[in-house]
Amino acid sequence: MSVYVNDDLMDYDEAMARFDVVIGLEVHVELNTASKMWCGCTTEFGGEPNSHTCPICLGLPGSLPVVNAKAIESAIRIGLSLGCEIAQWCRFARKNYFYPDMPRDYQVSQSDEPLCFDGEVTVEVDGEEHLIPVERVHMEEDAGKTTHIGGSGRIHGAGYSLVDYNRSGVPLMEIVTRPIYGTGTKGPEVARTYLAYLREMMRALGVSEARMERGNMRCDANVSLMPKGSTELGTRTETKNVNSLKSVEAALRYEIRRQAAVLAAGGRVRQETRMWNEGGFTTAGRSKEHAEDYRYFPEPDLVPVAPSREWVEELRATLPEPPAARRARLQAAWGFTELEMRDINGVEGALELIAETIEAGAPASAARKWWVSDLARRANEAGVALDEVGMSPGQVAALQALVDSGALTDKLARQVIDGVLAGEGEPADVVAARGLAVVSDDSALSAAVDVAIEANPGIAQKIRDGKVQAAGALIGAVMKAMAGQADAARVRELILEKLG
Amino acid sequence: MALTPQDVARLADLARIELSDQELARLAPQMDEILESMTNLAQAIDDDVPPMSHAAPLVNVFRDDQVRPSFSSATVLAGAPAVEDGQFRVPRILDEEA
Ligand SMILES: [Zn+2]
Repeated sequence: MSVYVNDDLMDYDEAMARFDVVIGLEVHVELNTASKMWCGCTTEFGGEPNSHTCPICLGLPGSLPVVNAKAIESAIRIGLSLGCEIAQWCRFARKNYFYPDMPRDYQVSQSDEPLCFDGEVTVEVDGEEHLIPVERVHMEEDAGKTTHIGGSGRIHGAGYSLVDYNRSGVPLMEIVTRPIYGTGTKGPEVARTYLAYLREMMRALGVSEARMERGNMRCDANVSLMPKGSTELGTRTETKNVNSLKSVEAALRYEIRRQAAVLAAGGRVRQETRMWNEGGFTTAGRSKEHAEDYRYFPEPDLVPVAPSREWVEELRATLPEPPAARRARLQAAWGFTELEMRDINGVEGALELIAETIEAGAPASAARKWWVSDLARRANEAGVALDEVGMSPGQVAALQALVDSGALTDKLARQVIDGVLAGEGEPADVVAARGLAVVSDDSALSAAVDVAIEANPGIAQKIRDGKVQAAGALIGAVMKAMAGQADAARVRELILEKLG
Repeated sequence: MALTPQDVARLADLARIELSDQELARLAPQMDEILESMTNLAQAIDDDVPPMSHAAPLVNVFRDDQVRPSFSSATVLAGAPAVEDGQFRVPRILDEEA
């Protein structure tokens, strides 16, 4: 079955002129505990299907779940980082639904008693601050993985499905915002920036790898439109399957343009769940005309969680420096301008990699240059995250050390990057194997300079007559003859010696 | 507030239980009686009795984050009605729709 898309889309700027956007984000984050939420099964990725399971995470009758203390600790630290209150006392609840990724037909979650609530974070987009109100952060568990067999591999038209419960019971946090108003034309970017903020925060806290491409962090994006001047909330859609920061922005833009076209044509937006397709559009999923009824009730197998205020304060003391404060500190330490810092913030993961490269000995400006211009472009071309581009901070620092020692020019260094990314080893190995080192050996350079002088008698005469600036053309000729591997400063010296 | 057969039909639908009209007619008054008993109970309880959701007056029963051996997938799958590629094979999830 092919996906047929014929949505009318309004021009984004026109949509912005006619409507106000209200966004809501639900973010799921898998915690990186060693064991699962209720049992001792490993949370490690991979393994044979169903080999990381036991009666508890398979939900067999008579099994008794026990809460993983580390998961609660991580959840409280996340809540505190988001400025939340921590519940004095809260319970788990069973959320009943029927889908084979949950063998017991309910997910253990939290209903009206979330562990953390009433927080807020501020994110900055294009120099403007946006307040994101966080309604709640609650604990739940991940589900198993279903694979649909037959048809096109989608659930529709499948003949049957296969289930692997290795992820079943992995601790999951759900972070839910209140409706986000007042983002102007920047709604999709604000959403993306908020997700990037959460990801950075999770990593700084050390509670999750927060890799969206691996499903450690997932986002459902709600959006609705109100005609300008109206205060009545429009019907919203919820877009699922949003698996990268880029997709969050793109999916919201698409939904805004689609809803705007529907409303402008006098239609009404259907309340529904939509799926984001990496092809760049959303498709209708389940209709939500009937509010879902999960029949929540308190989980009788688990006792309440009542974190003491002492424990909460102990955990508060372990919180890392907030991202905004850390950025400001690093910017000052590295001597970067606002603009340079904004470039860094614009590349996901760049800040961390630059920090590690500087720690490995590279000057700040060089670390920034390699990551933000060269490697970011390579990562973009390869369609991978910057930290998966194939070069480590240590290697970048080693490369820069070669440049600083005069062994490489920036141009040669880019060829060394080619080699490292192609898996040819460390920068020094690539230099040796590809013969890329700068030639500063006088006899080789001297011979090349002689050839250039002979080939360009006119230019040589100008230099003899004192027009030193003409030396550039000869340097260029020598560089060309030596495939860019000549030490340009030494070449210049030799030319002036010979013709001076 | 009497529970109607329609209410019961909705609950049965949510719980994926198929009930005949006859069963709905029989179960509605029975469930209504249970609800009424609960209402009576609520009236008998004073405001100073805290609500309770668990038989044991415990909080914070935790385990350390330690990995323990899982079951082998052979053991796990032994009781499954159908198995394929080391996974649980389940019937088609969605009914065919137009
Ligand atoms: Zn288990």
